Amino acid sequence: MIELKNISKTFRTSDSTVEALKNVSITVNDGDIFGIIGMSGAGKSTLVRCINMLERPDEGAVLIDGVDVGSLKSKDLRNTRREVTMIFQGFNLLMQRSCLNNVMFPLELAGVKKADAKKRALELLETVGLPDKANAYPAQLSGGQQQRVAIARALATDPKVLLCDEATSALDPKTSHAILSLIREINEKLGITVIIITHQMSVIEEVCNNVAILDHGEVAEQGRVVDIFTHPKSQAAKRLVFPEGEQEILVENSAYRLRVIFGGAKAAGTPLIARLAKEKGIEANILGASTKAVGDKAYGNMLLSFADENSKDLAIAFLKSIEDISVEEV
Amino acid sequence: MADFFTSKDWLEAVDIVKTEVPLAIWETLYVTLISTLIALMIGLPLGVLLAVGDKDGIIPLPAPLRHFLNILINLLRSVPFLILIVVVAPLTRLIIGKAFGTAASIVPLVIAAFPFIARLVESSVHEVNPNIIEMAQSTGASPFQIITKVLIPESVPSLISNITIALTTILGYTAMSGAIGGGGLGKLAINYGYYRYKYLVMIITVILLILLVQLFQSIGTKLSVVSDKRLKKK
Ligand SMILES: Nc1ncnc2c1ncn2[C@@H]1O[C@H](COP(=O)(O)OP(=O)(O)OP(=O)(O)O)[C@@H](O)[C@H]1O
Ligand SMILES: [Mg+2]
Repeated sequence: MIELKNISKTFRTSDSTVEALKNVSITVNDGDIFGIIGMSGAGKSTLVRCINMLERPDEGAVLIDGVDVGSLKSKDLRNTRREVTMIFQGFNLLMQRSCLNNVMFPLELAGVKKADAKKRALELLETVGLPDKANAYPAQLSGGQQQRVAIARALATDPKVLLCDEATSALDPKTSHAILSLIREINEKLGITVIIITHQMSVIEEVCNNVAILDHGEVAEQGRVVDIFTHPKSQAAKRLVFPEGEQEILVENSAYRLRVIFGGAKAAGTPLIARLAKEKGIEANILGASTKAVGDKAYGNMLLSFADENSKDLAIAFLKSIEDISVEEV
Repeated sequence: MADFFTSKDWLEAVDIVKTEVPLAIWETLYVTLISTLIALMIGLPLGVLLAVGDKDGIIPLPAPLRHFLNILINLLRSVPFLILIVVVAPLTRLIIGKAFGTAASIVPLVIAAFPFIARLVESSVHEVNPNIIEMAQSTGASPFQIITKVLIPESVPSLISNITIALTTILGYTAMSGAIGGGGLGKLAINYGYYRYKYLVMIITVILLILLVQLFQSIGTKLSVVSDKRLKKK
C-alpha cells in the first residue's frame, strides 16, 4: 500500500514561488491501477517524483507498506527504488546501449551476476513482445518499441510498484492503446501496483480503477473511476468528464428537454436515438452529449430536446425501460 | 616549373627534408600523443567533476571549491602558450631536470592542455540528457554508478570528437614549443624558415603539419561517428 500523507511542495526560484503541491493525500492499494490526472502544471510529475523521493516533499510523508520513504538512508532508498520503478514520457533509454543492455542496466546496478542478468533480460524482452530486438539499439526502434524496452527495464528488479509518468503521451493512439494493454497485463499477471500519471481522460478510462484529480496542486476529487464518471462533483472533475462544458448545453432554448444519464448501460448514445426513432417514431434532437465508454459500458449524459410534450413523455417511458439509464426533465 | 624542381633551392630543401623530417614527425607525434594522454588523465576526471559538481549536479561541490576550480581553469586557459612556457619553466626543471628540449616541452603542453580538455569533457558530459540521469536515479543508481555507467558511456561519441579537437590543438602547440627547443616539425620550420631563410623547408614542414592535423581530425571524426549507436541504420 502506498500512502501519500499531506504532501506539500513549493518551488522557489529567484523570481517566483510555485506551490506545486498543497496538502495532497492519496492512498493506493496493492494491485490497483491508480490514475492521477490533471492539467499541465497541476503538479502530477512533482507528486509522482515524491513517491520515490526524486523530489523531496517540504511537508508530509510517503509511506510504502508502512515504511516512511523520506526517512530512509541513501542506500536503503536506492533499494526501495528498485521496488518502485518508473517509466517516462520520453522513454529515457540509454542510447549507447543495446536493448538487452538497457534491460540489464538495473540488474547491473544491483550487482546481479552477468549471466543471470542476461537470462532475466531476455525473458523480459519476451514478456514485452520484443524478443528479436535484444541486439538492436534504441535509435533503431519506434517510440512504442522503445517504451516496451523501458517497461522491460522497469520490471527487471521485480518491483512492487510501477510509476508511469505520461508513459503514452508521446505515442499515437493505437500504440498508446497497446502500451496501456501491456501495463494492464503486467498488473494482472504480476500483481504489480501501477500508478499512472496522465492529462488524458481516455487513459484513465482505459485502464484505471481509481483516480485522483489534481487541480493546481490540490486533490480536487478522488475515488473509483466509475463514480467520478457518473457523478463528478468538483469543478475540475466536471471539466474532465464534460470537456465541452455542461452549462453551455443547458442554455439551448427548447421547452421539452430531457437529460439521459448513462450509469454503465451497454447501449451507447447513438443507437439509443436510432431506436427511439425506429421503434417509437420519435425524433430527438441531441443538444449535447458527453458519454464515455469505460470498458464496454457507457457513462455520462446526453441532453435531448423534443418537438412537443407528448413525444417527450413517450421518450421518458421508453428510456426508463432500459437498464442502467435514468432520465430527468430539465 | 620544370626548372624549379631542378633548382638548387629545391634539391637542397628535399635533401634537408629527407634527412630531418622523419625524426621531426616522430618527435611531433610522440610529444603530441604523450602530452594529450597525460592531459587527459588530469582533464577527464576534472571535467567530469566540474559537470557533476554543478550547483544542481549529482554531486554538488561546495561553492568555494567549485569557484576555485573554475577560476583556476579560466586562468590557465587565458595565459598565452608562449608565456606559459616561460612561467612554468621552474616546474619543468623540477620534473624533467631541464627546461629546454623535447621532453621538457611536454610539461607546458600538458599544463596548457588539461584545462582545455577539462572544459571539453565538461561540455560533453553536460550534453547527456538530464532525463536519463533521472532515470538512473529512479533505478537506484549511486552517483558513482551514474558517472561510470551513464554519463561517460553515453557521452563517448562527443568525448571522442572533443578529444580530437584537443589533440589537433596540442599538435599546433607543439609547433610553438619548437621555440624553446622542443623537437619536431615546429622546430624544423622555425630553424630553417625563420633563422636561415630557407622558406621551402618551412613551407614543406608546414604542409606536413597541416596533413597531420587533417589525418587526426578525419580519424577522430570517423571514430566518433562509428562509436555513436544513435547513428545506426534502422
Ligand atoms: N524544479 C522546479 N523548479 C521550479 N518549479 C518547478 C520545478 N518543477 C516543477 N515546477 C513547477 O511546479 C508546477 C507543477 O509542475 P509539474 O511538472 O509537477 O506539473 P505536471 O502536472 O506534471 O505538468 P505536465 O502535464 O505539463 O507535465 C509547475 O508550475 C512547474 O512550473
Ligand atoms: Mg509532468
